[in-house]
Amino acid sequence: MSERWDWSAEEQIASRSGAHLPFLEEVLEQIARLGWDGRDFFGVQMTLEETLTNAIRHGNHCDESKRVRVHCKASGDRFWLRVADEGHGFRPDHVPDCTKDENLESFGGRGMALIHAYMAHVSFNERGNVITVQTHRGYRPPDDERPPDDE
Amino acid sequence: MSTPQRISLAESGDVTVVTFNDSKIIDDQAIQELGQELIALVEVDDRKKIVLNFAAVEFMSSAALGKLISFEKRVRAHKAQLILTNIRPEIHEVFAITKLTRLFTIKEDEADALAVM
Repeated sequence: MSERWDWSAEEQIASRSGAHLPFLEEVLEQIARLGWDGRDFFGVQMTLEETLTNAIRHGNHCDESKRVRVHCKASGDRFWLRVADEGHGFRPDHVPDCTKDENLESFGGRGMALIHAYMAHVSFNERGNVITVQTHRGYRPPDDERPPDDE
Repeated sequence: MSTPQRISLAESGDVTVVTFNDSKIIDDQAIQELGQELIALVEVDDRKKIVLNFAAVEFMSSAALGKLISFEKRVRAHKAQLILTNIRPEIHEVFAITKLTRLFTIKEDEADALAVM
């Protein structure tokens, strides 16, 4: 498939709390310029926040000698993101029970559920330290993955 | 308690209405402070009826959700009541995706919450 992107960026981010925010704001500015809004914009924002903070906190354990490498591409219709940390790797098949006290603020449960809700494709490398996601404007999860209407 | 930095408080009868001072709840330190200030409402001030008004909140991370869950547990332990209101659609979907619509009582606005407290 030929891929045409209107914007792309690669960056190395320090493993320090909040160090991802300038890059995140830059991406949001670019996708807004490309016409992303509403749920689509919000979903990209959530995915950036969850993947980058996970890489800093849980991948690199805020060790400032380690870097988070991020590569991002966007067009008017599509968004692609790859985030790599220097940690031992996340095991997507070993998702912690996010209802337990010790996991209340962990990445595995809620963070992954959110990324899957907004991104059409989510994959990890074998080691589990590189996550790649992509989506397109107007993407909605399949009916069987949608949250039930509780109201 | 000392004057909170992350939240603002108003009283409506015996109900405490809490609004958020940050539109984006993502900063680590802000999230820690938010959690402490919320928990102090029940553990220090012994407030029994609390409404969290989300009208100002445009974005929140899963770490912020974790703080809200911790707070809900403390509220329950102190036999207090908690209702969330004025949640915009994008944030409501976050609660739905993470199944938190089952944990929290959510009402459309403050008036709806006050009516059942």
